[in-house]
Amino acid sequence: MEIARRRFDTLIIGAGGGGLRAALHLSSADAHVAVVSKVFPTRSHTVAAQGGVNAALANVRPDNWHWHMFDTVKGSDYLGDQDAIEYMCRAAPQAVYELEHFGVPFSRLDDGRIYQRQFGGQSMNFGGEQAARTCAAADRTGHAILQSLYQQNIRARTHFFDEYFAIDLIKDHEGYLLGAVVMNIANSELLLIEAKTTLLATGGAGQLFRTNTNALINTGDGMAMALRAGIPLQDMEFFQFHPTGIAGKGMLISEAVRGEGGYLVNADGERFMEHYAPNAKDLASRDVVSRAIATEVREGRGCGEHRDHVLLKVDHLGAETVHQRLPGICDMVRTFLGTDPAESPIPVAPTAHYTMGGIPTNRFGQVIVPLQHGPEEPVPGLYAAGECACVSVHGANRLGGNSLLDILVFGRAAANHIVDYLHENRYHKPCPTDGADPALARLARWEQQGDGETVDHLRTELAQIMEENCGVFRTEEVMQDGLDKVTALSGRMGDVRLTDHSKIFNTARIEALELENLMDVALATVASALQRKESRGAHSRIDYPERDDVQWLRHSLYHRDTRTVDYKPVRTRPITVDSFPPKERVY
Amino acid sequence: MKFSIYRYNPDTDTAPAMQAMELDDNQVTPGMMLLDALLLLKAQDESLSFRRSCGEGVCGSDGMNINGRNGLACITPLAALKTPVAVRPLPGLPVVRDLIVDLEQFYQQYRAVNPWLINKDPVPEVERRQTPEQRAQLDGLYECILCACCSTACPSFWWNPDKFLGPAALLQSWRFLADSRDQATDERLANLEGPFKLFRCHTIMNCVEVCPKGLNPTRAIGRIKELMVKRSM
Repeated sequence: MEIARRRFDTLIIGAGGGGLRAALHLSSADAHVAVVSKVFPTRSHTVAAQGGVNAALANVRPDNWHWHMFDTVKGSDYLGDQDAIEYMCRAAPQAVYELEHFGVPFSRLDDGRIYQRQFGGQSMNFGGEQAARTCAAADRTGHAILQSLYQQNIRARTHFFDEYFAIDLIKDHEGYLLGAVVMNIANSELLLIEAKTTLLATGGAGQLFRTNTNALINTGDGMAMALRAGIPLQDMEFFQFHPTGIAGKGMLISEAVRGEGGYLVNADGERFMEHYAPNAKDLASRDVVSRAIATEVREGRGCGEHRDHVLLKVDHLGAETVHQRLPGICDMVRTFLGTDPAESPIPVAPTAHYTMGGIPTNRFGQVIVPLQHGPEEPVPGLYAAGECACVSVHGANRLGGNSLLDILVFGRAAANHIVDYLHENRYHKPCPTDGADPALARLARWEQQGDGETVDHLRTELAQIMEENCGVFRTEEVMQDGLDKVTALSGRMGDVRLTDHSKIFNTARIEALELENLMDVALATVASALQRKESRGAHSRIDYPERDDVQWLRHSLYHRDTRTVDYKPVRTRPITVDSFPPKERVY
Repeated sequence: MKFSIYRYNPDTDTAPAMQAMELDDNQVTPGMMLLDALLLLKAQDESLSFRRSCGEGVCGSDGMNINGRNGLACITPLAALKTPVAVRPLPGLPVVRDLIVDLEQFYQQYRAVNPWLINKDPVPEVERRQTPEQRAQLDGLYECILCACCSTACPSFWWNPDKFLGPAALLQSWRFLADSRDQATDERLANLEGPFKLFRCHTIMNCVEVCPKGLNPTRAIGRIKELMVKRSM
């Protein structure tokens, strides 16, 4: 089958903050850039980020990047790569100032500088008093950033392919990445985009879990494309459960609520975080707070008819502060609960939120894979940034405010490296004639007619299994059951049939392709989780309650072809400063 | 619960038609939003097509016409809707399929107002200062999610979609005119001159009525007009 072709210097898949930050840098450097996104760019999930972006600006309290680095390493439960973390924390202030120059409407202090709020896991002076490091545009920071980045890209005349779905990457026989096959959702026409460099910026996979804070589009598309291209996924067992999703519904209630002075209470009206984190209390790291809530609920101190959640109180802050600092939260709570947070507490529970693992990269955004038994090597032409990537700055647990930072810093870092790469690789490599075949086969499969299972059915079952078998607290037995069930479910994928074969804006087919992606990412997640026999960050095992740095201070790598997990060392050496060695983690 | 949903697939249908669809009472739970219902209806018939993403009113994907009024399906409570709930695509734009409209014209209007900050000074090493009062001028403007509910509710937009910029784009224009950091006031105003781009707004205020974020494009348009008058004196 003959497919239309287009050539660009760089193909960026995903138009959230990471993809758009990279695109802006590349367009400004006169590279010929294509951004492919399955939704119009401003609908990408970056839009939903609320609380803010971390940078040691010291606008409110003393701060420096080295303290930020310490907090991030500690927050990661020492699984983060310290060279990447140093790079990110050093680059953070510049990344935020750039945003301000792009037009982001940050909230302001009286002296006109950017407003910064307290967030969880932040400290001054390497574990001292609470820091105020999170730069905020009210509680709509992601929206403000995404809009400004898109606007700047319009100015820079970046070439957008809106509502195009990426099917598969194209690789030649030497292992060079040459672009991707994408589909125009509006009419199902295929396009082969040849590119000297390809950046995956496709975001996370929150739809793995039934109750999640994520948009319906967060289906791990880039991660699954990487898996199918023979690239392993790193640290997939680490999935963040945000402490405060609206109970039973999942909408995110920003950590900013606690940053502004809100706190959690159990059924007895007790401020229980005091027992779990005597110093930081409600502003301990997310893994700590989520476990505390789950423990309160398990021990019978949950609230409500089913005793399945706790309450987040802000009414003591006064209506003015609440409405001014947290307008988006107020809107959301009014809409979904019919209450005003300034008057009544918000029912919350730990909710699947963020994929810490992903496509392994170095701090230049290059995708790196292990060679047989030797060292790692970049996949030529392939980059990844943001939630789909694992660089790894978040390790076993991400700090609030570090995800927006991650996409900005590493979107830009990848673009920097791409500019250099383009200087040295001036011409497109020839695309093999069979390069598009895997993508075509993938699509042809969904043309099968007849009776079968439905996409909706399997997707619902998958999310249920993941929630029950790979949640906040884990055991060997439960996860083995989960792996068996997901494996069986993935075996049933062959029986799924579409009834809608229309060429016009076929969302049923898109959902089928997304389900394939989710299934691969689910297998990676539960297989990696089962293998890791310790508790670290977001991966809490009842049967292995301690962190084990002797055996498990290492990254996992899940391979799709063999469905096996192997490991690589953590990069504990920063770029210029001393390493932060693993210590007991108390907040 | 009964629904009446606009269906049209140009691949197979000669003309659009309203289709009756129904959910069992036990599928309808308290607090459910219209989007939840549409997702359940799509589980019955996967060919039902609509855009959706965040499910909480921040991405702007699922603007549609609900019982005659534009809104976001994900933050429209089912309990408040008269049945059968009539769901149609946003009016005034070409329908691609079912509830999906072609938004290209809407996006063109957005791009036409140069919706980015223009500041001609050398870039400082740190942030540009802005007082909380100056920043407060942007409240009610920067929150726009480009859902197109307002522009497609506007008769002036229906009549002159190629000449009038519509409430969403004009709200964006004012968002930058109102920004103390922006230095392109003259160019922005010059760009809006003429009888159509701005002045086709007849303050019908449908835009204010339907905005799911509670924004007020009519007021923004009024402010642009005031500024234009002030500048010309």
